[in-house]
Amino acid sequence: MNLIDTVRIALRALLKNKMRAALTILGVVIGIAAVTTIVSIGQGASRLVQGEFQTLGTNMILVLPGNTKRGGVRQGGAPTLTSVDADLIGQQCPEVLASSAVVWTQGQVIYGNENWNPKEMLGVGPDFLTVRNWQLEAGGFFCSSDIESNAKVCVIGHTLIPKLFQTTNPIGQLIRINNVPFRVIGILEKKGANMVGDDQDNVVLMPHTTVRKRINGSPLDNVHAIMVSARSTGKMNVATKQINSLMLERHEISPGDEPDFTVQDTTEIAEALGMITGTLTLMLSAIAGISLLVGGVGIMNIMLVSVTERTREIGIRMAIGARGKDILRQFLIESVVLSCIGGVIGLVLGTGASVGATVLINMYKPGTQWPIVVSIPAAIVAIAFAAAVGVFFGYYPARRASRLDPIDALRYE
Amino acid sequence: MALIELKDVRRVYDLGEVQVHALRTVTLNIESGEYVALVGPSGSGKSTLMNTLGCLDRPTHGSYLLAGDEIVTMTRDQRARIRNTQLGFVFQSFNLLNRTSALENVELPLLYSRGISGRERRMRAKEMLTKVGLGDRLHHHTSQLSGGQQQRVAIARALVNRPSFLMGDEPTGNLDSKTSREVIDLFRVLNEEQKITVILVTHDQNIARNAKRTLVLRDGEVVEDTTDFEKAVAALNEEVADD
Repeated sequence: MNLIDTVRIALRALLKNKMRAALTILGVVIGIAAVTTIVSIGQGASRLVQGEFQTLGTNMILVLPGNTKRGGVRQGGAPTLTSVDADLIGQQCPEVLASSAVVWTQGQVIYGNENWNPKEMLGVGPDFLTVRNWQLEAGGFFCSSDIESNAKVCVIGHTLIPKLFQTTNPIGQLIRINNVPFRVIGILEKKGANMVGDDQDNVVLMPHTTVRKRINGSPLDNVHAIMVSARSTGKMNVATKQINSLMLERHEISPGDEPDFTVQDTTEIAEALGMITGTLTLMLSAIAGISLLVGGVGIMNIMLVSVTERTREIGIRMAIGARGKDILRQFLIESVVLSCIGGVIGLVLGTGASVGATVLINMYKPGTQWPIVVSIPAAIVAIAFAAAVGVFFGYYPARRASRLDPIDALRYE
Repeated sequence: MALIELKDVRRVYDLGEVQVHALRTVTLNIESGEYVALVGPSGSGKSTLMNTLGCLDRPTHGSYLLAGDEIVTMTRDQRARIRNTQLGFVFQSFNLLNRTSALENVELPLLYSRGISGRERRMRAKEMLTKVGLGDRLHHHTSQLSGGQQQRVAIARALVNRPSFLMGDEPTGNLDSKTSREVIDLFRVLNEEQKITVILVTHDQNIARNAKRTLVLRDGEVVEDTTDFEKAVAALNEEVADD
């Protein structure tokens, strides 16, 4: 008897008890639908996290100053990094795409009779936009001569436009930042909120030299951080190593001594976040998997009933020449067909539910673009899992059927 | 070589405390093309002998050669194969599959034998149903057929795999006298014209009379083996008188 015949016979046997088959399938449907939905939403979440890291800047590496030690007490933020470090990292490390010194400040921006406190006021280098993978919407960015001349120019984020300028075109306007007049030369492209919900467009960028000398009034050439982007995600490790060795050499740190800087690789953070969402997904899937298990027990139960009910049929089949393994196969295929049908229906429902949930999330939490993930490998795994449930829970009843004695089975009423 | 050779076949059912000797010792030969009736009172071992001959049961002692092959030492699967290819069964209660058409019932044995295409299966099943006079009932479900028609479907199913012999276990037990006669006529025609070996178990003397040879069983032993039916009747009555 070939497989197609067996499947045909199994389908026919199942169709003789449509209601029972439907209810049996329901357990598997719910299990597979739950797993599919949770995996799909979970994958959406981890993709969202990854996407946020992309907006943060591609392949970002952060160089921060090291610790200062005062009487054995460590404190962060020693003034050990300089803008020269930033420039050299950009020039000498082959796997570094771009780097920029970063100096931060705080204060008030005034235009006409409007004022605003931007969340981030950064002094940066000319390559900052490359590092952060950010584009300009209008105007231009400052160049290295602006850095050298401590030029009083700035580029603003989108949030500032309605707060200060309303309908006026901001480009070319003079604004006062902590009472220093700056000319607006560019507007940044809108980036939206980051994953914590902070508005990333609430920002003013100025040359780092200008911020240091004219706003912070610092006599030193030190910067707060250096932002670096590697050429590709795969080269992050190499780039990190290159930065490390360059900095060790420049700062004359002998081996064994504690360096006066730290190099932070954001993929680690991304990976950590990815692991958190991954673990959550796995845990929820396991819970959903329990419902699949219950569905499997339902199949086993119905198959056992079916074997008892059809004892006589089994006897007839054996009398006319069915071997034990023919009977085993018949019942096993029946339970696999049951669970696979359940798997397919569950997959369709689960996919529908996850798309629906995603749409709802995006609708009620504007600003987040939760991606819709329909993963083909996950679908294949789900169906394979359903089939495995069918085999696992169908085996015992099928084996029982195949072990029946033909004479007893024929006599069974 | 005889088609069937039973040598000192015994069957003991071990029920724990007691042992039931269903077949004490049976030795007999049946040639190809014979028409044999097995008769005897209830409990005489008819069914056990029948199950043994039908390779459904295995004797606890002795030897059973079917067309030269030893059945007693065969595995379950091997015996299933013998049932599929060498034997046709017809039961008292028809034993057809419910809610399945006549054609599919007849196709069933072919499903379990190797290397027969779907088309050939259908063709042979159709041919066999036509032979038993049901060519116009191919797609009727078994519940839509009369008792006699159902039994003819069962006979078609038994013969579709061209077995060496056909076994009937009270094949007319559930039929009225008219359809009984039709079914018995069919057996006779199959035996006389197609040279199919027929072994019938029955307690109906009118049915047994049709057979060319009669075996009378009593207490697990063959007490009469004769071609003269009157002798068999005498042997049967003698037993009744004993009781």
